[in-house]
Amino acid sequence: MMAKTQYYVPVGPIHPALKEPIRVEAEVEGERIVRVDVKRGFAHRGIEYMGMKRNAIQTLYLSERICGICSISHPYAFVIGSEKALGIEAPPRAQYIRPIIAELERIHSHILWLGVVAHEMGFDSLLFWTWKGREKVLDLLELLTGNRINYSVFMIGGVRRDIKESQIKAIKDAIDFYRIFTEEMKNVFLSDPVYKARTRGVAQLSREMALKLNVCGPVARAAGLRMDVRQDNPYDAYADIEVRAIVPQDIVGEARGDAYDITLVRLYEIEQSLDIIEFCIENMPEGRIMAIPNYVVLLSKIKKTKGEAIGMHEAPRGEVVHYFKYDGTRDGPAVWKVVAPSYNNINSWAPLLLGAEVADIPIVVAYIDPCMCCNDRVAVVRDRDGRIMDYSLIHRKAVEKTMRLKRELGVRA
Amino acid sequence: MTPEFITYAFAFPILGVFLGLVYKGIDRRVSARLTSRIGPPIRQPFWDVGKLLLKETIVPENAVAWLFNAMPLVAFASSMTLLLYIPFGILKAPLEGYGDLVVILYLLTLQSLAMAIGGFASGSPFSSVGAQREMVLMMSYEMPLATVIVGFALVYRSFSLTTIATTPVWNMVGPLAGIGILLLLVALLIVTPAELAKLPFDIAEAETEIAEGMLAEYSGRNLALFYLSDAVRGFAMAAIEVVLFIPFTLSSIFNLSLTGPALYIVEGLWFLFKVLVVYLLAITLVRTSFARFRIEQASRVFWVYVNIIALVGLALVWMGV
Repeated sequence: MMAKTQYYVPVGPIHPALKEPIRVEAEVEGERIVRVDVKRGFAHRGIEYMGMKRNAIQTLYLSERICGICSISHPYAFVIGSEKALGIEAPPRAQYIRPIIAELERIHSHILWLGVVAHEMGFDSLLFWTWKGREKVLDLLELLTGNRINYSVFMIGGVRRDIKESQIKAIKDAIDFYRIFTEEMKNVFLSDPVYKARTRGVAQLSREMALKLNVCGPVARAAGLRMDVRQDNPYDAYADIEVRAIVPQDIVGEARGDAYDITLVRLYEIEQSLDIIEFCIENMPEGRIMAIPNYVVLLSKIKKTKGEAIGMHEAPRGEVVHYFKYDGTRDGPAVWKVVAPSYNNINSWAPLLLGAEVADIPIVVAYIDPCMCCNDRVAVVRDRDGRIMDYSLIHRKAVEKTMRLKRELGVRA
Repeated sequence: MTPEFITYAFAFPILGVFLGLVYKGIDRRVSARLTSRIGPPIRQPFWDVGKLLLKETIVPENAVAWLFNAMPLVAFASSMTLLLYIPFGILKAPLEGYGDLVVILYLLTLQSLAMAIGGFASGSPFSSVGAQREMVLMMSYEMPLATVIVGFALVYRSFSLTTIATTPVWNMVGPLAGIGILLLLVALLIVTPAELAKLPFDIAEAETEIAEGMLAEYSGRNLALFYLSDAVRGFAMAAIEVVLFIPFTLSSIFNLSLTGPALYIVEGLWFLFKVLVVYLLAITLVRTSFARFRIEQASRVFWVYVNIIALVGLALVWMGV
């Protein structure tokens, strides 16, 4: 039909397979990808800069807004790091409440991913079914915290809301529901022949590649690496539970690191989360929920603190790392640096897509559960000759453009 | 050219378009209910077509404009012609005697071909990849489809659809050939979603992979024509399956002795009911309960498994007749 054999297929920044902006540029020969380039930086919002202008409590709630799904993971890393820097410790009851909220979030995030990956392969009925099941955990989170997302329940040195006796019953009901629902999901996802055909051998990451590319979270675990912040660097109640990283070789004997294995890992992690929640509500100690209940006292303590710390948490997608520096002059972090799991995991796209088929693009893109707004920390603008434009130049150009548009549209200033 | 013939020639396509859109509406509603959603109202496809006709028709800069604009017309014309070959219940097909099962096969292929050429002509990488996939898919499913047609020709010694419609196939064959016909039915049912570009074989239009593929660059009137021909094709395919495999009339089942308009109304509704059942089972249910195959997986399904089913069926029919 046409003499041209190579096509340039641009996926993104706007594309049905992507929920957030990123660009994958693929050179395609027939159905096979022969060259691939990944470009990021479309969702940069300067959120770290904003955080460095606010006080620590405001920044904590700003950190929830980094990502809509991990809206407990970023605050978790934030409070762990801040507490280390301040030298305070949350009361035992708060240390048990935090994992409950965090694991509920993991459940809803993993079910969300299962639905998304089903949609990417055109299995929309599975998407609707899994997301219908996800509603219950969102309702439970609303009951516990007041919101379906952005829970605003953590505080440096504790939590802001207690879990009452009546809510424990609701949690137990939800656990019973999800024990059955996870079993059903395992049957559907792991034994469906079409699902297996589309995921077995797709996005296959070997152990060596996983180490080389520095991937983390479920992606690394699916490749057989036993890494999990809750296991390697336990904090709060996780230290009492002895969380073990879920790896496929423990479940089916061998780890292949493909999209099927990652489904396996995520499904079993939902069960692990249920176990953790169950342990937490059974062993929850009585007592206070805040180390320093008065915010003014807390802020003045932060203002007097000088030091730096790293806070880590195992988010549903991998490890979240927050770095802080309090310099003793203001009541917020002088330096705040966020490293989100997708930043490492997106590294795996280019090697995995090379030699893959066009039909595999959505699965390779989706299997790490990417979160663009988590990982875009810097945006570099270049002019036509490739020179980096500095901030004042971009600002001047933006003002000039606004003026020009106003003139053209006849809008008075 | 009798006046009756001309009335038929105009009434059938209009009726066909109407029914095609109604069935599409029902399909969307049922599919939504199966996945615990509310779903759009039945008349939604009519609104869709109306809105598309009002929209601007954009031709991409690097498209081959005349080919790009001609292909929706070709697809629409072939689906309109297709309607003239289908006997509605006990009504005879308007173009009966001017063509047969083989022509229907070609008209169905022509629509897929028109979409593929339109995809190549739109000059977008997504459309090109989609069109390539459609060509591969067509090469895969045409063989089992042709086998089914040959099987019927063996039984009736004729390709005429009206002959087939008047005498149920199950009365013509013995038990051995009956099993053969059943296997042919299975093969045809598997081919149906591929022929209609529905899940699990909507590979050429895969939304999440290549952003609707062949249709990516189409808009406005052109897209409306493709939409209409798709709706008609769905109805026609289900109708052909009814004519081939379940041609039983209501009067022959219950020994009714209806005459005049009553007979036509009852048999017409009975025919539409049968088409609806086939439509829901072969298209709606399948597209709701499967994920999309990759192109080489779909090819293997057709070349190996469906071909084996169809050829075994053909062999049994050949031995039985």
